[in-house]
Amino acid sequence: MIRVQQEDFNVGAEVAALSAGNHAVGGVAVFIGVVRDMAGDETIGAMTLEHYPGMTERMLQGIEAEARERWPLEASLIIHRYGRLQPGDRIVLVATASAHRHAAFEACEFLVDWLKTKAPFWKLEETSAGTKWVEAKSSDDQAAARWHTAPGTDTSDAAE
Amino acid sequence: MKLLYFAWLKAKTGVAEEELTPPPEVATVADLLAWLATRGPGHAAALADLSALRVAVNQEYARPGDPVGPGDEVALFPPVTGG
Repeated sequence: MIRVQQEDFNVGAEVAALSAGNHAVGGVAVFIGVVRDMAGDETIGAMTLEHYPGMTERMLQGIEAEARERWPLEASLIIHRYGRLQPGDRIVLVATASAHRHAAFEACEFLVDWLKTKAPFWKLEETSAGTKWVEAKSSDDQAAARWHTAPGTDTSDAAE
Repeated sequence: MKLLYFAWLKAKTGVAEEELTPPPEVATVADLLAWLATRGPGHAAALADLSALRVAVNQEYARPGDPVGPGDEVALFPPVTGG
């Protein structure tokens, strides 16, 4: 399931709901993205996440469908927020449930890497020097690119 | 054709969204970008560095050679920074 929303989410309730009643689940992996207060040497007062309504949902659904093809997941959830956020605020929740931990861990990391390079969100940071659009990082592209090999066979550049 | 601009492309072009009718010789994404750049100084500035640009046609990532047509929704934006 995917959700794009302005409001915060309750991590405990979301994770509990993900595997509720499904006793085939042996493990749930969770990633929570949080707003930092520093970008390089600049102190961040707040940031605004803009997105492309429609395409965002489409991309997240596509990425989730791909994860469920590649790993034996019992359930998955992506929640991504938009709007104005402050340091300490949660931005994104990715949770994956599977019979065994490896699939849950790998699929969770895959989803985070891919949404960072595919999902149409843009961060506008507010600092003492003014506002600035965050530039994409090539390290994020590299992190996503390593998933082009099949799961479990990636022995080359997995170490980051 | 519906054009959408996000992040700093919106600031540079001065519009979030516009309805345009490109000339018939505009057949691909690359044609469209070249034509858009002639539509004023804001558009020219936004489109000055195509390597800093991503394009989606009907909400799917598109390449320069991909076709565009009158009923399409075309979005221009910088590389994404979510997550």
